[in-house]
Amino acid sequence: MVFDAIAALGRVVIAACGWTGRLALFALDGLSHLVRPPFYGRMFVRALVEIGYFSLPVVALTAVFTGMVLALQSYTGFSRFAAESAIANLVVLSVTRELGPVLAGLMVAGRVGAAMAAELGTMRVTDQIDALSTLSTNPMKYLVTPRLLAAAIALPLLVVVADIIGVMGGFIIATAKLGFNPYVYLHNTIAFIETMDVVSGLVKAAVFGFLIALMGCFHGYNSRGGAEGVGAATTAAVVAASVLILAFDYGLTEMFFSR
Amino acid sequence: MSGAVPLIRLRGLRKAFGSKQVLDGIDLDIATGTSLVIIGGSGSGKSVLIKCILGLIVPDEGVIEIDGINLAGLSGQAREKIRARFGMLFQNAALFDSLAVWENVAFGLLARHQISRNEARAAAVDVLAQVGLGPEIAGLYPAELSGGMQKRVGLARAIAAQPDILFFDEPTTGLDPIMGAVIDGLIVDCVKRLGSTAVAITHDMASARRIGDRAAMIYGGRIVWQGPAQDLMASGNPLVDQFTHGRREGPIQMELRR
Repeated sequence: MVFDAIAALGRVVIAACGWTGRLALFALDGLSHLVRPPFYGRMFVRALVEIGYFSLPVVALTAVFTGMVLALQSYTGFSRFAAESAIANLVVLSVTRELGPVLAGLMVAGRVGAAMAAELGTMRVTDQIDALSTLSTNPMKYLVTPRLLAAAIALPLLVVVADIIGVMGGFIIATAKLGFNPYVYLHNTIAFIETMDVVSGLVKAAVFGFLIALMGCFHGYNSRGGAEGVGAATTAAVVAASVLILAFDYGLTEMFFSR
Repeated sequence: MSGAVPLIRLRGLRKAFGSKQVLDGIDLDIATGTSLVIIGGSGSGKSVLIKCILGLIVPDEGVIEIDGINLAGLSGQAREKIRARFGMLFQNAALFDSLAVWENVAFGLLARHQISRNEARAAAVDVLAQVGLGPEIAGLYPAELSGGMQKRVGLARAIAAQPDILFFDEPTTGLDPIMGAVIDGLIVDCVKRLGSTAVAITHDMASARRIGDRAAMIYGGRIVWQGPAQDLMASGNPLVDQFTHGRREGPIQMELRR
């Protein structure tokens, strides 16, 4: 009984090590094509538009409601300690450091990571990836590398928008509903924020973007077994990307802000 | 065969997936200009064999030579140079969904020959005409085409770069008999026009006789018979006879669970 449990644990650990190794080799292969021609600029631009431009509505909506809820919740909490004036500081700090990159990352993981896994998975099970190889085109270079680069660039751009809209959400609630002076609120926001707050959020966003594309491409590229396999790859891509975003968020926060 | 080096030479090719030995020592020579049809049941390893030659699957053991060059020793540009000699029509055409028909057809030309997109489109329209499709098809997407048209576009893509070795994976699967005969006719025309060597895998006997001038049968991971395609229906080999005549009784036992 005890040995069975140890054996089962061993199998899980070995499988996890194998998965990590395959993922690392996949990522290195994808990145290596960034410096090896030919480059597929058309695929990069297409991915950039798909990931960045078409994610704008969902990221903007998430950001505005997050900012609004933050202002509202912090007012109810802070008013107990007569600390309402700190709401502007709390909203801008939370949005730029954490909620902007994390929530944008989770939204994009659901929208784009799933789409990448489904597209590449379908291409795999319908022999389209093999067809690329027979047409003198490296599938990693053509399909994976442009998506990795585009996601790592698009997500910080989305987070800039999310930061602005999130802060505006807080501003709207604070001034229209809670009776704050607009000038004072904006002054507090600008006075309190530091460059590092924004930069750390953007670095996080770049890492999250890379992780989302990596998970989408990895699971889609290696999917097997028809429609069921593509469905499983899509689910795995979104779940893995979401968990990794939260895990890397902690690691990056430690790196930037721990004393 | 004569003493000349065969264009494609396979020796002792083995490939297993888990405990299933799919290829178990394939030996095969294919001479330049031959149209070889490989027949065999579902799951007999026909597609795996072709994918090994194309470099899409790495065999566990064995030698694959193209014009006397062992593919196992090649990497990078040398391998790409050999691969540029191949054209492949996949079973379900495997057209790129996100690209228009002309972009599918010209994909290899754009990748290999660095031509402009305008030149590539004009070349694609020319190749589409060779498979009986008009220029109005060029701007459509694969999802807008029938199965037969997709196969013809796949054939156009395979021949666009004028390869000297063409592979066909079940070219008539999923098509009605008339469209199957049309596709076979186009394949024969294209192979003749290009002077290519062709390797087709199929379990459609009518298609095998139309396309091939030689035939081979794969069973149990090995080539169990090869000879002229016209002898397929009267080969004298009990395995081939059972397969070509579709008999339930015989040396080939299907794995059926009751």
